[in-house]
Order: sequence, then structure tokens, then C-alpha cells
Amino acid sequence: MHIPHGFLSPEIAIGGYAVAAAACAAAVRQANRTLSERQVPLLGVMAAFVFAAQMLNFTIPGGTSGHFLGALMVAVLLGPLTSCLVMAVVLTIQCLGFADGGLDALGANILNMGVIAGAACYYVFVLLRKLLPNTKAGFSASVAIAAWFSVVSSSALCAVELWLSGTFALAVALPLMVGVHSLIGLGEAAITVAVITVLVETRPDLVKAWAPSEGRTHADEMGSSA
Amino acid sequence: MKRNAKFIIAGLGISLLLAFFVSPLASSFPDGLEKVLEKLAPGGRIEQTEHRPVAPLPDYGFPGVGGERLSTGLAGIIGTILVFAAVFFLGKALAGGKSSAPIERKRD
Repeated sequence: MHIPHGFLSPEIAIGGYAVAAAACAAAVRQANRTLSERQVPLLGVMAAFVFAAQMLNFTIPGGTSGHFLGALMVAVLLGPLTSCLVMAVVLTIQCLGFADGGLDALGANILNMGVIAGAACYYVFVLLRKLLPNTKAGFSASVAIAAWFSVVSSSALCAVELWLSGTFALAVALPLMVGVHSLIGLGEAAITVAVITVLVETRPDLVKAWAPSEGRTHADEMGSSA
Repeated sequence: MKRNAKFIIAGLGISLLLAFFVSPLASSFPDGLEKVLEKLAPGGRIEQTEHRPVAPLPDYGFPGVGGERLSTGLAGIIGTILVFAAVFFLGKALAGGKSSAPIERKRD
């Protein structure tokens, strides 16, 4: 869902950069306060996984493909702002190193796939956690729905940005974007649930948002296990 | 720490394997957004994409390497390592020697 070079108007491109910069600044401030040395390699691994997994396009009907985003997965594992920062690094390297997404659209791409799909949709996940039963099934369902929604909401915002840039009519583009990404979102949900389930089984201490019933608190944080 | 070391090696290993062996098999159909742009914005703005900025490994290919599979696989490996390194050094700078600081609280 990387907006290529030359599709955004200057206003929207600059607006995207402004929001992305504000979110990244907040993420940096927070990391400055709370990120500990031993978490750093784990952060790197998760970012590397997101990059590699984003290369794996899967075919969906209609001669189209989709790929994993990973923003919601990182948010569930590391927190909303950290997800935003990780996505910003991944997207910047994809843009500068691989010509994936335009440099003019980098801000908007960070806004769509980091700020919205990662940070904002984390709160969709939090809300779902409150609404659904506090069980493993409820947790997985919250992850799945939030992951699906992260792709769909991100694609909807992308359509709005392109519309505001005068690229196409919203009435036509929005249903198309949301339609195709509703399918891609199913892949996002499946991969996110699969990865997080494996981690909950093997390293529950790494899954920030999963608090098992024996009253584990967030004092037992990622990387704090001996 | 030993568990974390294991996790890091396993995680990086899986990522590199995916990037090298699986990414060349990925679907080459346009992704959701590209498809919509093809349909709704052919010509016009799309022509500007011809002037896309130069990148060292454009479209996840390693220039000069024959064979698309190897080319994509190499680009994947380089990207995966690059992302790891970038986040690692950024993280080191931000952590700044803090050993066991409280992490971001769940805000619900």
C-alpha cells in the first residue's frame, strides 16, 4: 500500500510529513524515557521480520496481490508508539533503498501504515480486549479483528489522501480500495494471529499486551526474563 | 539473557530465510493500491512515476545480478540486515544505557 512517487499534491504530501514527524517525535521522546538496552536487539529483530515479511506478496482474486503490514503486530508486541517508530524506519529504508513508495509520499505512507495501522489501531485492539472475553480466544479474536481493521482503515485513509490530491474520485476509489484491502486484511489477520500465538506459547514475556491470568503485570516486560 | 539471545538468533534467522528463499516466490501481481491506481489513474499522475527517484536496489532487485530469484533474494537479505541495523542503532541511541527502565505502560 505504498503510495508511489508523484501521486500526492504538495499540500497532502507535506501534511503527511507533518503528522508523521509529530508521531515519530512522540515515539522518540517516549523511547528516550523508557526503552532499555536489552530490549534493543528485540526491537531490531521485529523490524527485520516486518521488512522480510512485507516482501512476501500473496495473490488474491482479480490479478492482485497483498502483503503483510505488521504494524498492528508490532504494536501488540511493543506498544503503539514503538510500532510507529519501527514502521517509520522500515518505510524509510523501503523508500530510499528499494524505491518502494515515493519520497514525496513517505510522510503519508508513515501516517497510513505507522500512525494509523500501528498506533491508532492499537487502541482498536485495546477496545476489543475490553469488549471480548479475557481468554486466549478473546485475545486472539481482538488481535485478528484489529489486524484486519489496520489494513482496511489504512487503505481508506490512503484513498482519501489520493482523492484530496486530485488523483481520482473518492466515490469510485474508496469502495475499490476498501474492497480489495478487506481481502488483504484477512491475510494480515491470519499472519498476525499466527505470529503472536507462537510468541504467547513460547515467550509470553515478549507479548506486551498479553497478561496471563496469574496476574503478571507490565513490570515483567519484554526482555526482563533471565 | 540467554533466552533473548536465542530469540534474536531465531527471529533474525527466520527473517533472513524468508527474505532470501521465499521472497522470490512472492506474487508478482500489483498490490491492492497499485491495482486501483492502474484502474483509476492511468496516465496523468502515473506517468510521473517514470521519474521515480533512483534507489540502490530498485524494486527489490540487485542490479547486475542475473537471475531474478537470486537478485530478489540478495536484495531481501540486504534490506533485512539494513533494517535490523538501523533499528538496532537507533534503539541503542534512544536507550542510552538504561538497563531496566519501566517500559511504556498499557494505557487502557
